[in-house]
Amino acid sequence: MIRELVPLVIRFAGLIAVQVVILNNVLVSGYINPFLYVLFILTLPVKFPRSAVLLLAFVSGLVIDMFTNTTGMHAAATVLMAYVRPAVLRFYAPRDGYDADAVPDISHFGFQWFLVYAATLVFVHHLALFFIEVFRFSGFISTLSRVLFSSVVTLALILITQFLFRKSTSVR
Amino acid sequence: MKNLFQFLWRNNYTIFFVLLEVLSISLVIRNNNFQNTSAFNSSNYLTGSVMEAISNVNEYIGLKTTNRYLASENARLHTLLSGNRDRAATGTAGNFVYTPCKVINNSVYRQANYLTLDKGSLDGIRAEMGVISSQGVVGIVKNVSPHFSTVMSLLHKDASISARFRKNNYFGPLSWDGKDPSYATLRDIARHVKISAGDTIVTTSYSSIFPTDIPIGIVASYEAAPGENFYAVRVTLSTDFRNLDYVYVINNILQQEQQELEAQTEEDDS
Repeated sequence: MIRELVPLVIRFAGLIAVQVVILNNVLVSGYINPFLYVLFILTLPVKFPRSAVLLLAFVSGLVIDMFTNTTGMHAAATVLMAYVRPAVLRFYAPRDGYDADAVPDISHFGFQWFLVYAATLVFVHHLALFFIEVFRFSGFISTLSRVLFSSVVTLALILITQFLFRKSTSVR
Repeated sequence: MKNLFQFLWRNNYTIFFVLLEVLSISLVIRNNNFQNTSAFNSSNYLTGSVMEAISNVNEYIGLKTTNRYLASENARLHTLLSGNRDRAATGTAGNFVYTPCKVINNSVYRQANYLTLDKGSLDGIRAEMGVISSQGVVGIVKNVSPHFSTVMSLLHKDASISARFRKNNYFGPLSWDGKDPSYATLRDIARHVKISAGDTIVTTSYSSIFPTDIPIGIVASYEAAPGENFYAVRVTLSTDFRNLDYVYVINNILQQEQQELEAQTEEDDS
């Protein structure tokens, strides 16, 4: 149990640190802000208890909120993403189901599967986040375009991170 | 009763989800409505210290630009000083106290942008004080903790300050449309007012938060929708919010006296 927890904690701390120290200070063409930290929730093992995923999502969202003065916004968006994750996993499930130790990442399921899976959840997260942020539906198109552009940038960062750390996971 | 428990047990995942969502959303709403120092924002000591470390690095990188701003401000202050000696006899100046602060966290790309400063209530900073940089208006202090304070940036969808043309004193509310951090919109300027691109927009003397004549920006363009009696003026903000290192918090030591007098006058009226 402890041996499984240690890499989890390291990944959690690492992603939060990268998000807070680097990404929150980076602006891609004006108002696009990538949110790499959702990768932590994306790559939790398939059989990880669902309620524990929710709780972790809440905690990671709240930590990001503390650093960006957005109390609750990231928490709400990340919890929503964690909530739909089991349904998304079921929808994209391989024909003979998941193995007991399956982890939804590139090294286990390949590039194409991971791209579709990550894109779905990142879109859900960004959609919730940006609409909670403006708290209204006027200017729908402009908000939606922010959602789409930010999702693409976040997704690109997630894929790069996955490729960078692929070796260490496939050794296992 | 048994059925109820069975229902709760079967749907415990969804119920847990709803619980967490309600908690998050209530945090969002509470933070929007109240001016209390919440434990979950960057006035907090832990996050504040991390921000300070990050800001130290950023500050080093931006030293060159900062030096230029400081030099230009020095020049401006010297000019002011020489002018002030002649005006000192009138006794109008002197009710604003400036506290220099370092910006340790800043954002420009959200709909609700905040800054975090490295000074708080121990340095005499209180909520509702104005914040300016050497370039112009920055925002208004929102929350204060002993060592840090957060500032509602002018780049906040709910921020609105009273602004006027320097040349003719026509004034209106200035707010940000949430898109480009370089521009804001000045509304309620009557159609008969002669506007030209390049006009300077400054603070009014009507609010007790900012001193008068603090630069806000210059007119970029203006238009009136057909049938409207008022212009909407697009203003290029003079403060570069993407590059803020040092700001001044303004304490109007006569604010309370002014507000009390105004409140009393209104009371007498009714």
